Amino acid sequence: MDKIHSHRQVAAIKHSLFDQGYLDEQFIQLEELQDDANPNFVEEIVTLYYRDSSRLISNLDHTLERNPLDFNKLDTLMHQFKGSSSSIGAKRVKAECTLFREYCRARNGEGCRRSFQQMKKEYATLRKKLETYFQLARQAGPLETAYRPK
Amino acid sequence: MARRNFGTQVTALVVDDNALNQKIHQRLLESVGVRNEVVTNGKEAVDIHCHGKRFDLILMDMDMPIMNGIQATKELRSMGIGSMIVGVSSRCPETEIRKFMESGLNDYHEKPLNTAKLNSILHKMNPNFTSNNK
Repeated sequence: MDKIHSHRQVAAIKHSLFDQGYLDEQFIQLEELQDDANPNFVEEIVTLYYRDSSRLISNLDHTLERNPLDFNKLDTLMHQFKGSSSSIGAKRVKAECTLFREYCRARNGEGCRRSFQQMKKEYATLRKKLETYFQLARQAGPLETAYRPK
Repeated sequence: MARRNFGTQVTALVVDDNALNQKIHQRLLESVGVRNEVVTNGKEAVDIHCHGKRFDLILMDMDMPIMNGIQATKELRSMGIGSMIVGVSSRCPETEIRKFMESGLNDYHEKPLNTAKLNSILHKMNPNFTSNNK
């Protein structure tokens, strides 16, 4: 019964990640690549994402401190972050990246700073939820495959 | 069955400087039986061909250090490399995609690559290929 309860918890967390718009179809695509030979594939991908993200967020922080702002560099960095976020299906983070890039194109420094703060919040929330999800999934046993949200 | 059988006959080169994308593309290719190697920029892609290696399929990222995807594709075509070269990038502007295509690509897909896009690439390589729906 404990196992069943654990699996239900895992399923519920995953359901909410999609329902609340944190993740999109790309995450399911990654799960479909997971098998017995690659049992931790998704978590490995997400761990690479965290590594990429930490580096890019740090670079963005430093670049936003400069005066005047280098909008081209900011756009390039955020383009990379958007790419990584798309690769794991991080829907909300991706949306904030898009907004940030629009502010870059408009040369709107204040907009960039506001959007960056929001993006960091979305990233932190997603990261926390995914860490909980993977921790519970490990405790529950082999991950369920290909849950498709309605 | 048909998808995996054709895939096992294909070799691929993943050209991307990002570890996350490399891993996803490699796993995608493996899932259909495609043997593959990875290089981290356009220069390495050219170098591996200079050393005599050949691949049926090359997944080419656009933005890379040292040598980008556009330059690498032009270089490979000038060497007479006839592989299927598919540009894979997160660049959206039409002008940039067109520039990438004009460098010698056979096809272009926006990142992230997924099973459906890979199936369409394999279908282009072998029109007799049909994917199995999961």
